[in-house]
Amino acid sequence: MDTMRGKVWKYGPNINTDVIIPGRYCHITDPAELAKHAMADLDPDFVTKMSPGDIVVAGGNFGCGSSREVAPLSLKAAGVAAVVAPSFARIFYRNAINIGFPIFESDEAYAAIDEGDEVEIEPASGIIRDVTKGTEYRAQGFPEFLQQIIARGGLRAYAEEVIAGRQEAPAAT
Amino acid sequence: MGMTISEKILAAHAGKERVEPGEIVMVKVDVNLANELSAALAIDEFKKIKGASRIANPRSAVFVPDHFTPNKDITTAKLVQRVREFALEQNARWFEVGRAGIEHCVLPQNGIVGPGQVIIGGDSHTTTYGALGAFATGVGSTDVAVAWAIGQTWLRVPPSVKITYHGSLRPWVTGKDLILYTIGKMTVDGATYMAMEFHGEALRELAMSARFTMANMSIEAGAKNGIFHVDETTRDYLASVGHTSYTEYRSDPDARYVKEVEIDASAIEPQVAFPSLPENARPVSEAGDVEIDQVVIGTCTNGWIEDMRDAAHVLRGRKVHPRVRCIVVPGSQEVQRQMVREGLMQIFMDAECIVSTSTCGPCIGGHMGVLGDYEKCVSTTNRNFVGRMGARSAEIFLANPSVAAASAIAGRIAGPDEVVSRQPAAAAV
Repeated sequence: MDTMRGKVWKYGPNINTDVIIPGRYCHITDPAELAKHAMADLDPDFVTKMSPGDIVVAGGNFGCGSSREVAPLSLKAAGVAAVVAPSFARIFYRNAINIGFPIFESDEAYAAIDEGDEVEIEPASGIIRDVTKGTEYRAQGFPEFLQQIIARGGLRAYAEEVIAGRQEAPAAT
Repeated sequence: MGMTISEKILAAHAGKERVEPGEIVMVKVDVNLANELSAALAIDEFKKIKGASRIANPRSAVFVPDHFTPNKDITTAKLVQRVREFALEQNARWFEVGRAGIEHCVLPQNGIVGPGQVIIGGDSHTTTYGALGAFATGVGSTDVAVAWAIGQTWLRVPPSVKITYHGSLRPWVTGKDLILYTIGKMTVDGATYMAMEFHGEALRELAMSARFTMANMSIEAGAKNGIFHVDETTRDYLASVGHTSYTEYRSDPDARYVKEVEIDASAIEPQVAFPSLPENARPVSEAGDVEIDQVVIGTCTNGWIEDMRDAAHVLRGRKVHPRVRCIVVPGSQEVQRQMVREGLMQIFMDAECIVSTSTCGPCIGGHMGVLGDYEKCVSTTNRNFVGRMGARSAEIFLANPSVAAASAIAGRIAGPDEVVSRQPAAAAV
């Protein structure tokens, strides 16, 4: 994964999947169509004001609520490069990893970064750099198994290896 | 060092002696649930997996179309069509409209879920089945698709929090009030990534329906799963639905918990969770004067026959307030059939409620009762997030069925005591 650089859009804690992609859009499966409704009930102007490559920084428990995979999908399709938050709700967390959408856990980054800041992220090291402020933070590392999935771009590639007999199943950490 | 019930079930499904919290394991999946929304995305993903063409264990795959069904428009009709074709072609279990209902009521009632199983579902309220002593958790569509392909899923073993309810329940207090109170105490991310393990003598008197409600809403505290131990109530329920072969697991006395929460259940009165988070719970007596426009009674959280009896008891011989729409949503066709047998349909209709088909519709702002601007709704559903049931400006207050029914009559948030003088005896109504 390449280094990301973009402008920050900042939101508070407990951003739930209903406001990321409201139920009325959950029958949509086409990413381009989903992209139009990302953050619809949190910040209705989000998709018009953001640019591809921008970064969302939000408070803890990001993505709580529904299991809808269209939540990370809509953000990914809208061009959001990554979400940085102190913690993620567990289904959003696994959905993001499974579909290859970058997320980073950091208390310090959330506390310090402001909306509009220019931020750079090195996915491999988890270094989050606030270019505007000249500060730097390090995101929590992922467990080894998840690193493997992230490196493969998602869970599908892992499943293909299991099917092809190249991967032990069940595999421990 | 002992293990918790959640750890034991995961260890058994990972083929290991023991597992540790934080460890990631691949586990065999006994039941893999999808509704039409999670299934549609999962089917797209499944078709992209090289080497996968058939569901590895087709009878473990269960499909329940319930979110936008009966189909609300052409788009959703086509989506359900696609899912139906896939499910039938794969020889999976398909629960059609008219023979089913809302997934989390349908699976228990058909004897599909039971103690000791690992159950995943493309719906966050899959946690419901923990009431039966299963490890049940919500996942996304890619997880569902991969588990179809390889029969397994990855899970990080959750640390467990032990929640013990002491004493006995006050009148009108149900599982809904216990869980709303608990979420209020723990906050909406107080149990993130954790297993919520429910204990205590106050739970012994709870019917299966009330336990389902509590496990259903464990996700609202961020939990990975909510779990009860099997007792006589569970065994009787399982026998009644024909689920006869299962393994009961129990937490060891020296099992490890990251947190222990003690709750005096006898001090809890019926709760109302104010907008826009389930943690905003307060006693109904402290709700103040809140005029309402709509009431929803039922759905996967409180759509069981016991919930319908509670609501009917309050509504019997009374009328819904002229300004209020009261929508009753039985959890399943089976519940609705029982409502007819017991005369509850007549009570609801005479009270000028509408009794809807079983659907998630109003709870997700999908159809069959969507809220307009600035409307206020008392609902027995599980989420009161901004925009959840319709307009962004609408407000949702979560409560149990008796409180919802009393509020429908009063036209404002009201406790059942304000409308009826006494609570029904358990089996009398």
